[in-house]
Amino acid sequence: MDNLTTQLLAGNRRALARLLSQIENQVETAAEALAQLHPHTGRAWIIGVTGAPGTGKSSLVNALAQGFRQRGQTVAILAVDPTSPFSGGAILGDRIRMRDLSGDSGVFIRSMATRGSLGGLARATRDCVRLMDAAGFDVILVETVGAGQSEIDIVRTAYTTIVVEAPGLGDDVQAIKAGILEIADVLVVNKADRPGAQQTVRALRAMLELGHPVARQVSHHGQLMTVGEAPVSSALQVEDWSPIVVETVATEKKGIDALLEAIDAHRAHLQGEAFVKRQRQNIEVELLDRLQTALLERLNRSLSSEALRDMIDQVRQRQLSPQAAVGMLLSRL
Amino acid sequence: MSKRVPRVLIAKPGLDGHDRGAKVIARALRDAGMEVIYTGLRQTPEMIAEAALQEDVDVVGLSILSGAHMTLVPRVREALNASGLNDVPIMVGGIIPDEDRAPLSALGVAGVFGPGTSTEEIRDFIERLVAAKDANG
Ligand SMILES: Nc1nc2c(ncn2[C@@H]2O[C@H](COP(=O)(O)OP(=O)(O)O)[C@@H](O)[C@H]2O)c(=O)[nH]1
Ligand SMILES: [Mg+2]
Repeated sequence: MDNLTTQLLAGNRRALARLLSQIENQVETAAEALAQLHPHTGRAWIIGVTGAPGTGKSSLVNALAQGFRQRGQTVAILAVDPTSPFSGGAILGDRIRMRDLSGDSGVFIRSMATRGSLGGLARATRDCVRLMDAAGFDVILVETVGAGQSEIDIVRTAYTTIVVEAPGLGDDVQAIKAGILEIADVLVVNKADRPGAQQTVRALRAMLELGHPVARQVSHHGQLMTVGEAPVSSALQVEDWSPIVVETVATEKKGIDALLEAIDAHRAHLQGEAFVKRQRQNIEVELLDRLQTALLERLNRSLSSEALRDMIDQVRQRQLSPQAAVGMLLSRL
Repeated sequence: MSKRVPRVLIAKPGLDGHDRGAKVIARALRDAGMEVIYTGLRQTPEMIAEAALQEDVDVVGLSILSGAHMTLVPRVREALNASGLNDVPIMVGGIIPDEDRAPLSALGVAGVFGPGTSTEEIRDFIERLVAAKDANG
């Protein structure tokens, strides 16, 4: 076994940090490490925390992690922030809100930038979570900015998804606007100390009553689906779970016990057959995603860019149909 | 097909309450295509070392305006070494008198940047550090 992999399994934090970088940098040896670590994963409870910028996700993660620590559980945190589309750089500032966790050897915090493609991000997130899982953390908290499909893909990695809302960010309920309400197992209205919180709670409850249970059924069973087209509900819902709405004041650690109880309740609900089902869905999505990437890479290797341009021109000049072109490409695989 | 992006920790040790300088540097480095982990005010040396380890940064940048660099820098260096991060370089930004530059270098500080430093200079410096690190494996 590779040196870093062995060290990670022995609880070496720097080995974990280095392997996380290898995944982010898409170093080829990372794939091998992940394959070796796969038998050592599957123990951690993975929780996604998503919502609009400024709703208090990092503050909430800080408070939640403290709650899990008080129960004697170890916690790893993966905090994802956007890469600047202009420079490719990023400022990752989530640690500012997680000061309370410093000096605790039962906590590991890693900031990650979204970097390139969204598909790539979902893959990197999943792989980073797996490393943390193999390193033995009991709970893994993944913070992402809730802005739509990409978060839905990322959240597929999680078992319990928390969508965070806060009053005072405009008239609309942000989660509804972003279309991420459907993925919530637990809905948090944070900043409950602020005016408008009750209104937000009422709006969310009303939406949930409307949406439940029709919009929350699993629509794919045992049939391979196209990754890009996977409906929102497929990632998600196990029958008969009604999302719990919890009010919190993350900065004052208020409502955190209720939130932990809501997570417990969802975890208890997601046992046995339901859990197997959820895991099957996640793995199916992952395998298809990997297959898609691998096939495209293989095709790219077998096809020069001139040959591709040639083909494109033939389609452009109506000498070749797009259908026939794809047939030719497939025959190269 | 490795896609390496330099990772830099920008930390503000000590007790003074200004982080404007640190934020300016953070933004400049982001605009130069780097990933900046920004940890906020009043970081203890232990907090800095912990963040540097978990975030696997290529360099630790300390913003020190209080004049306390000669006491803070050695403590951060010790904390980094105690975490096994002997190979992670420190750079210092702030108001550093000329006569303190040599002693800081002697402490293993790889770069000292005063208020007049251009962001290009800092960016080039980090890029050289990262290139040297990658060349050494
Ligand atoms: N009043 C109030 N402010 C909060 C609360 N939670 C977080 N904040 C503040 O909201 C801002 C954004 O918080 P942050 O956790 O960084 O949000 P994120 O962008 O969703 O991760 C910070 O200034 C926090 O101090 C809360 O419950 N009440
Ligand atoms: Mg945040």
